[in-house]
Amino acid sequence: MTWLNRFNFKKHPFFATILLFFVVVLIMIFSAGSGEYPLSPQNVLSALFGLGDDFARTIVIDFRLPRIVMALFVGISLAVSGAILQGITKNPLASPDLIGITAGASFAVVLFLSLFSDENNSLMVSIHWLPLFAFLGATLTALIVFFLSWKNGIAPFRLLLIGIAVAAFMNAGTTIWMLMGPIYRASQATIWTTGSIYGANWSQVKVLVPWSILLIVIALLLRRQMNILELGDDIATSVGSQVQKNRVLLLLISTGLTGVAVAFAGGIGFVGLLAPHIARRIVGPKFQTMILFTAGIGALLVLVADWIARVAFAPIEVPAGVWTAAVGAPYFIFLLLTERRRGRV
Amino acid sequence: MLHTNLTRGWGIAVSIIAILFLMLSSLVYGYTDTTWTDAYLAFMKPNGSNEHLIIKDVRLPRSLIAAFIGACLGVSGAIMQSITRNPLSSPSILGVNAGASFFVVIGVVFFSVQSLQSYMWLSFAGAAFAFSLVFILSSAGREGLTPLKLTLAGSAITALFASFTQGLLVLNETALDQVLFWLAGSVANRPLDLLINALPYIVVALLVAFIKAKELNVLSIGDDVAVGLGQKTFWTKLYFGALAVVLAGCAVAVAGPIGFVGIIIPHVIRSIVGLDHRWILPYSAFGGATLLLIADIGSRYVLMPQELPVGVMTALIGVPFFIYVARKKMGV
Repeated sequence: MTWLNRFNFKKHPFFATILLFFVVVLIMIFSAGSGEYPLSPQNVLSALFGLGDDFARTIVIDFRLPRIVMALFVGISLAVSGAILQGITKNPLASPDLIGITAGASFAVVLFLSLFSDENNSLMVSIHWLPLFAFLGATLTALIVFFLSWKNGIAPFRLLLIGIAVAAFMNAGTTIWMLMGPIYRASQATIWTTGSIYGANWSQVKVLVPWSILLIVIALLLRRQMNILELGDDIATSVGSQVQKNRVLLLLISTGLTGVAVAFAGGIGFVGLLAPHIARRIVGPKFQTMILFTAGIGALLVLVADWIARVAFAPIEVPAGVWTAAVGAPYFIFLLLTERRRGRV
Repeated sequence: MLHTNLTRGWGIAVSIIAILFLMLSSLVYGYTDTTWTDAYLAFMKPNGSNEHLIIKDVRLPRSLIAAFIGACLGVSGAIMQSITRNPLSSPSILGVNAGASFFVVIGVVFFSVQSLQSYMWLSFAGAAFAFSLVFILSSAGREGLTPLKLTLAGSAITALFASFTQGLLVLNETALDQVLFWLAGSVANRPLDLLINALPYIVVALLVAFIKAKELNVLSIGDDVAVGLGQKTFWTKLYFGALAVVLAGCAVAVAGPIGFVGIIIPHVIRSIVGLDHRWILPYSAFGGATLLLIADIGSRYVLMPQELPVGVMTALIGVPFFIYVARKKMGV
């Protein structure tokens, strides 16, 4: 591995990003090949291109692929959302779950489960409405946070503090509602809160993918504004940036990305917090270069987490939300420690 | 608000009286109807009636635990925000609560531990272990222990332990049943012995923190200045870190993980008494105790006869007040 250490990714972020891209694709192929009915990578590829036998095609395209694509985009959305939020607030602890977006979605889900269930705990409306409810919960909460922190514009620090408070309030609401309802609903809600991509299908993917691509493209177009905002309000204003307008726009993108991700995957944590830090440690802190790398790291985290969730304890599913940190945190600690070795040399 | 040392001193006296009043109210108000006279008689002339037993054996421990644990959470939050120089730090972000929960769940799953007493030692060990890990990880490196690395290592360790805990609980539902009430965090139904075991550590840690608070003032100007003024910043951070972990560890050991108090109290206090840690630390103790006592009394009334977890109640009461402070008082 010495060649890896000698190669400085910070000087060649483009190369690093391409490398990461290939790793992501490889993981996707291997993940699509593993499960109760294992397939070799060649079989997976031929199934993807419409060749091979019908059975393999059904398994890969109808069952495994929607889940993998979902994991990919959930990871990308959460990671980019976290990177934007950390950039705007200039606080390394900021993440979409911290400022209440996930908590708001959870509250909406618990409301949904209890309002639309009859006495026998069966839902009276289709479960397909659940993502919409979760998304509304996330967006409404974000708007409440923005509204409460608005005072001649949004000061990032006030936004964080008020976000934390609103998150605590939403969590309190969720707990009360769960205590008052029957235990069955509480356990349903708990599974949702942990985050899982268990039930992904193509119709969900078709909603998620265009949304997150659209929002990420806007974020990429705004990348220069992002860099300017990171310099601080005074400098940003003096170089002619419309600080408040850009900040609100970027915040909307960030919350929108988290909103669609949690709508389908529930409260998968730590990706938004850790992915940007991992990316910064590898390719450096410049927003333009790290944002794509962050997206890749986020995708990798959720892909691997969902892969483990699916395969490791089969037939029991351990929600993917459990594994994102189990995979990401050790690697992040490793990065913190290897910096020391470089420092000594 | 309180600008001179004289008003701040009077503020301390008023807070002590307020807390005593709240502790007494905590004995009197609740589902079982009792009066102030009952509370007095329960201690002076106990007659063994139900009301007297409830006041002495159920509500007294509760009131004492709420007061002390609230104080621990407030002070440890203030210290952690100061040494990481990040206003979002709190025991739950620096790995203390996650480590404690992890050890308790390990104990339940692999060693069938059952008594609250052993939960207490396990969670204290977990808290200390997690925080030592955070400290070692973040002091590695050429530039030494920077606030940023402390924060990052803390959140990584928190994430790691939290996911282990969740994973174990998903795979083992009986354990989930057993520890769920502990994980919710509560000051009710905890025997007084737990607090008495932890009390010496709490008192010593609080006193040392109050006496040494001046060094936090120096540290908060910045590492370079602090070094220039002759402070050994590494050691200051180390023993204030140790104090914070003793306080937060005792809190989680006695009452389980209670969030939110540690993070908001220091902010509210700073907006009242300013930036001098010699005042922030004692006031944070009083603020934490007050919030937890009020929340505990309130939690008995919302869903009568059921009780709310105190963590929920701290949020319901604390959030509106905190948002008001964050909007009006803070110079941000």
